Amino acid sequence: MRSLRAGRFTYVVLALFTAGSLFPLVWTAIAASRSNTRLAQTPPPFWFGGNLGHNLRVAWTDANMGTALLNTVIVAGTVAAGTVFFSTLAGFAFAKLRFRGSRGLLALVVGTMLIPPQLSVVPLYMLIAKLSWTDRLQAVILPTLVGAFGVFFMRQYLVHALPMELVEAARTDGASSLRVLWHVVFPAARPAMAVLGMLTFVMAWNDFFWPIVALTQNGSPTVQVALTGLGRGYIPDQSVIMAGALLGTLPLLLVFLVFGRQIVGGIMQGAVKG
Amino acid sequence: MTDETAVLSPSTVGPERPAAEGGGRGRPGQVWRSRRYRWDLRFSPYAFVAPFFLFFAAFGLFPLLYTGWAALHQVELTDPDSMTWVGLRNFTRLWDDEFFWNALRNTVTIGLLSTVPQLAIALGLAHLLNYRLRGSAFFRVAVLTPYATSVAAATLVFVLLFGRDYGMVNWALSAVGFDAVDWQNGPFASQLAVSTIVIWRWTGYNALIYLAAMQAVPGELYESAALDGASRFQQFLHVTVPSLRPTIFFTCVVSTIGATQLFGEPLLFNGGAGATGGSDHQFQTLGLYLYEQGWVNLHLGRASAIAWAMFLILLLIAGAARLLRGRKDGSR
Repeated sequence: MRSLRAGRFTYVVLALFTAGSLFPLVWTAIAASRSNTRLAQTPPPFWFGGNLGHNLRVAWTDANMGTALLNTVIVAGTVAAGTVFFSTLAGFAFAKLRFRGSRGLLALVVGTMLIPPQLSVVPLYMLIAKLSWTDRLQAVILPTLVGAFGVFFMRQYLVHALPMELVEAARTDGASSLRVLWHVVFPAARPAMAVLGMLTFVMAWNDFFWPIVALTQNGSPTVQVALTGLGRGYIPDQSVIMAGALLGTLPLLLVFLVFGRQIVGGIMQGAVKG
Repeated sequence: MTDETAVLSPSTVGPERPAAEGGGRGRPGQVWRSRRYRWDLRFSPYAFVAPFFLFFAAFGLFPLLYTGWAALHQVELTDPDSMTWVGLRNFTRLWDDEFFWNALRNTVTIGLLSTVPQLAIALGLAHLLNYRLRGSAFFRVAVLTPYATSVAAATLVFVLLFGRDYGMVNWALSAVGFDAVDWQNGPFASQLAVSTIVIWRWTGYNALIYLAAMQAVPGELYESAALDGASRFQQFLHVTVPSLRPTIFFTCVVSTIGATQLFGEPLLFNGGAGATGGSDHQFQTLGLYLYEQGWVNLHLGRASAIAWAMFLILLLIAGAARLLRGRKDGSR
């Protein structure tokens, strides 16, 4: 790795990138604090107005936002916990245990990443319709509870982070696999588990296609489903729509504010091949 | 595999027992223990990977295959239990369906418009982030924030920014003397706008992946290039890019898969007017067309046929990528 000092040009370009990345978010807040009439004027507003509280209240009641936020926390939390747990199990097996067919199975795991979820959406819908799960949260939780990405991510981490001697030492002491898992693997995997949990939480929070199919706006929507139903009048109130978008995004932005560095580290870690 | 996990369960349920039993007692106990230990060693790996494969079988593989079966039937959303065999009719219809070809064309165009600039910009951005920077952590988090924004929230704000009459983009264009663009109805303009949303959300993410790969490039390569008198840009072109080839390939594959399933952006860019992808279907993608057929027009069988067509296209792309990579490896 090299570390050349950055010139002034680099800072200018990076500042522009930062502005471009943040501007739509900031402008969402600006538009959410204005009125619909003001948004239908030129030039567009560049600073905050006084309408934020009102718009947030309308969005909250119109779009079922309270239920939606609670549902999304439940869904994203469960999916993140499940993914982290099952992925650590499988990642450990693929990284450190020798068993017949492990190479082939790992290739299969990676291969499943190439299959877009839309390919299975019709039978999945028929399935949950049969189980009367439409508009139930388990319909969006169960299909995403373990993913290939998580398994691969944990495997890549554990290959380097877990010394084989530790596993073998525990084995010589007569520890069973579950003991090894609990006392050796989980402690070693903790940093990666935290990162995977956050990444999965973000992905599950923002999941769109399947929730749109499986849930309805007036039943038990997630935030993303609720957002699609906002401001659907004859003249949609854009400032209310923006207030809803803001409500649905703020929780994740808070997560980013606190754990941003860890998430960045996790994405970069997952990228390097082991 | 399931049989083996069943054998395993008695030995893994009580992990505290081997330690509790302590020193050697009678022979039978030891035999039992060592046998249990062997079973544990042999089968627990399968138990650990089993959850993934069980879930994949139930919610991935089975639905994928069943989609193929449903594609050969007439099934309506209103009554998904009654399936009428129609053979290949859903597919022949698709072949004659101008909207299908339109959606396929749009998917390819939007895919190229979003993927190519996105990865090129990400590469340049990663290069800049790789310098020794003050506040590098801030810049990294900042360029990643769009990734935390959902498709829905992002698209809703971009609809406003790209508004024809009062949008920020057209206001800026007119400020520098250009005519206003109809970002919603112009065929190319609308596809460009939809692509912009994708680019905005994913460039920072890809830049971080490139950055990680760049940091793994050995410094000696740069030193010797610098000794040969290569400028910074030449070093980027002749050292960085070749070293990153596997990563670039990886991101191309991932972005292509993402592009084939593009759905939320074109759905919501229509401003609540349904799944048509614009008044003239000008930005309707395959994913959106599948949704329209299945959940607006209620034809689940035809939606399945579209899904299998998408699967076929992906296989073709994967084959082409393999060929391409094989040739490159061979020429080296």
